[in-house]
Amino acid sequence: MPFGSMSDLGPTLCTVTSPASTDSVPPQLSAGPRPAPGPAADEGLARRLRALACTAPLHDLDARKANLAGEYSVYGMAEVALAAIDLVTLNMDFDTGADHEQIVARLVPRIAAQAPRRPTAEHERVARWVLENLINVGSVDRGFRAVYGTFAPDGTYVRRDYDFKLIEEVPGPGGTVYLRTTDEAVNVLVGALDTDVTSAQIAAEVKLEVLINRGRLADAQLAAEQARYRTVQYSETLRRALEATRRNVRAVDWLGAVPDMIAEALDHVADRYRHENAILTNIRKARDETEEPEHKRRAAELVDIVKDCIRRHTQLQSRLLEAGPLFRAEQDRQAFATPATTSGIDLYGHLVAPVLPLPLEQAIRVTDAFFAGGTGLRTPVSVRAADLVDILLTPPVEREHLGAEMPEPDLIATPDDSRFSEEQLAAATELLDLPADAPRRLSGLLAEARRTGDPDLAYLVALLAVHAASPAVGTAYRQGEEKLLFAVDDGTELDDPEFGGADLIVGTALLDAAGMAADRTEAA
Amino acid sequence: MSEHVEWSEAEASPPSAPAAVTPADAADAARLVAFGLQPKLQPARDQEYTELLRRYRDDPAFARLADAVATGLGLVVLEVSPRAGMAVTAAEDSVFAVRLGDYARRTAADSGDRFLHGLAHLAVAALAFPRPEDLADDTYIGRVTVNGVDAFVRQACRRLEERAEKLGENTDPATDAPGLEAAWRIWARRSATGATKDARRPAASTTGIVAKALAFLTDSGFLQRTGDDGGGTYRTTARYQLQVRDMAGSAAMAELLELGVVPVTDGTASLLPAEDTEDLELVADAGLPFHS
Repeated sequence: MPFGSMSDLGPTLCTVTSPASTDSVPPQLSAGPRPAPGPAADEGLARRLRALACTAPLHDLDARKANLAGEYSVYGMAEVALAAIDLVTLNMDFDTGADHEQIVARLVPRIAAQAPRRPTAEHERVARWVLENLINVGSVDRGFRAVYGTFAPDGTYVRRDYDFKLIEEVPGPGGTVYLRTTDEAVNVLVGALDTDVTSAQIAAEVKLEVLINRGRLADAQLAAEQARYRTVQYSETLRRALEATRRNVRAVDWLGAVPDMIAEALDHVADRYRHENAILTNIRKARDETEEPEHKRRAAELVDIVKDCIRRHTQLQSRLLEAGPLFRAEQDRQAFATPATTSGIDLYGHLVAPVLPLPLEQAIRVTDAFFAGGTGLRTPVSVRAADLVDILLTPPVEREHLGAEMPEPDLIATPDDSRFSEEQLAAATELLDLPADAPRRLSGLLAEARRTGDPDLAYLVALLAVHAASPAVGTAYRQGEEKLLFAVDDGTELDDPEFGGADLIVGTALLDAAGMAADRTEAA
Repeated sequence: MSEHVEWSEAEASPPSAPAAVTPADAADAARLVAFGLQPKLQPARDQEYTELLRRYRDDPAFARLADAVATGLGLVVLEVSPRAGMAVTAAEDSVFAVRLGDYARRTAADSGDRFLHGLAHLAVAALAFPRPEDLADDTYIGRVTVNGVDAFVRQACRRLEERAEKLGENTDPATDAPGLEAAWRIWARRSATGATKDARRPAASTTGIVAKALAFLTDSGFLQRTGDDGGGTYRTTARYQLQVRDMAGSAAMAELLELGVVPVTDGTASLLPAEDTEDLELVADAGLPFHS
């Protein structure tokens, strides 16, 4: 995040240029006596101006939609943009940010509602346009710049650049790119969240509980979403602390601070887990008891959010458990290594740290010197004229788009050694397809099977019946089957020339597939 | 040239006469330097290279000859050893030197970009050798990832930003004097990555710049690519350590001292974690510079 808090600057006269443009400065109030008494006098004004600057790209979207090829004035671009920022904020994950395509997909319904008669492709185009403009794809920095003026301590008027981003792209695993909202966007556009993580988390959950108890589910959902964002923030703090440990064990206080922090975090996880499970139970109750469909829907959404919170806690906990072994491994590697003679240069302390605060003009001299000394050598390319002719006349090598040819797989037909054929199975299944209210004796089924003239069919029927004596209830539940074959032994003995044992009662049980599906999603 | 009479090599001149440099000796010396100009070549993999390195070690006259050839070509000999081979690097203004303008085209026009590329190289070295001991220890192998370097610089930038906030400084640069903008802000405001049409990193993003630096150093025989995690994982070679320790580090230090900046540390590692990093932006899989 390049520029965090909005409160660190003096008086500002602020104007935000449209994306990518950096140098258009409107005429300022010129000449005259100095209007502001001092930097401290209007810090509040400065803060508000900065907040205002962050909203400018959103207004700008509505102003510029007229320039798009096509009739786009029907769309409320600022509304779409705010929705996009909300979506990205809530979909940010522990490891990554929100997925670009997912955000577009979730934005489309809202855009479609604004102009239902327009084609879907256009809705998607609007979503992409808004998202790209929030990232500001056209500029090198992929950010925004506002120009404003301040009075220097000696009373001179200085124009300054304020750079900020709303949505930024971060690298994810496997070279993917994810979206994250910046602090500016969260602070100004999502809500004031710039508070201590732990206390805010507790506050959000207390609030959530109260709201649920009062049945104010709309507010509860808002609070729950904020709580989720805070959970992500908390994980972030810990993740970075662990990472720093990996860089240098001695740089981190492993005697006190870090173990305390890990213990605290584990407590936090345990605590939140309990808490959120309790909330979950409450909301489920609210969901099941309420009659109003709107309440039911909100409660169902809340269940999802809180479940997501629990998932994130579990994720955080597994990372916390890795911390101890990691420290010991690093301790072995770093601290017990034989102390070597110091080369005299601490690259970070002597070079990186002092260079970064320097003004660009000076810093560039140091980095240039490092570059010149640190890149090694390149052997210059020289070409003979004779080779040049050959090189220029050689046709370009055809790129192999399809890769190497696949060898034809050598397939061997496996002999069909099944005891029963598909037809027999079909016949047996048909025979056993009994109405739910009319179970039958195995003896009757066997007699019917024999009447078909296929001597093996009776065996198959008997086997299936015996198998049904222990029906696979769990599988049927998981797969959402609607009916299940079962067999019960009521003590009657089977009188049959080929088979012995009990004359089972074979029947079909109907299952409540819809109810099971609901149960499954809840348990998941 | 050589007064030595006790050649260790069988093919040396007869012991009675004072050894003269034969064209064959010069050819061998030049051959050794030519091996040194192929930085990715492993001495252990090439018998002739190994043989010449042994001769350099055992035969001082030959060693002086090889050094002279290197110097005449505009090269600086950093070390000649079985592990690093004939580690030579370009002297200033040598035809072998790498120029920033050739390295990245935009750097000529944009001083901000020029700085970013230079800082990327500096940050790679700093993260590859995080403690002074690591730079001094010949057996140390550093590991870096693209995302790790970016996260590392961003963390440093974040701390400077926080410090400025605490002091109530306005770090926004004056509009008409971009050269006075604090260096860290250039990195901080450049995007880390971005979506592109062909699923590659945008070249102007910071991870793009770091990836370019790492790929370039790999071509220089300074790094070896070990995997794709974290945007690309690399480990250092002996040559890189020599290059950073003996050339780049001191050159940059000299420049810094000339600017009147005298960094003072007590010799212990200064790479500390930020105390409050909760707002630092996230780069996935950024960490673990030491774990491949």
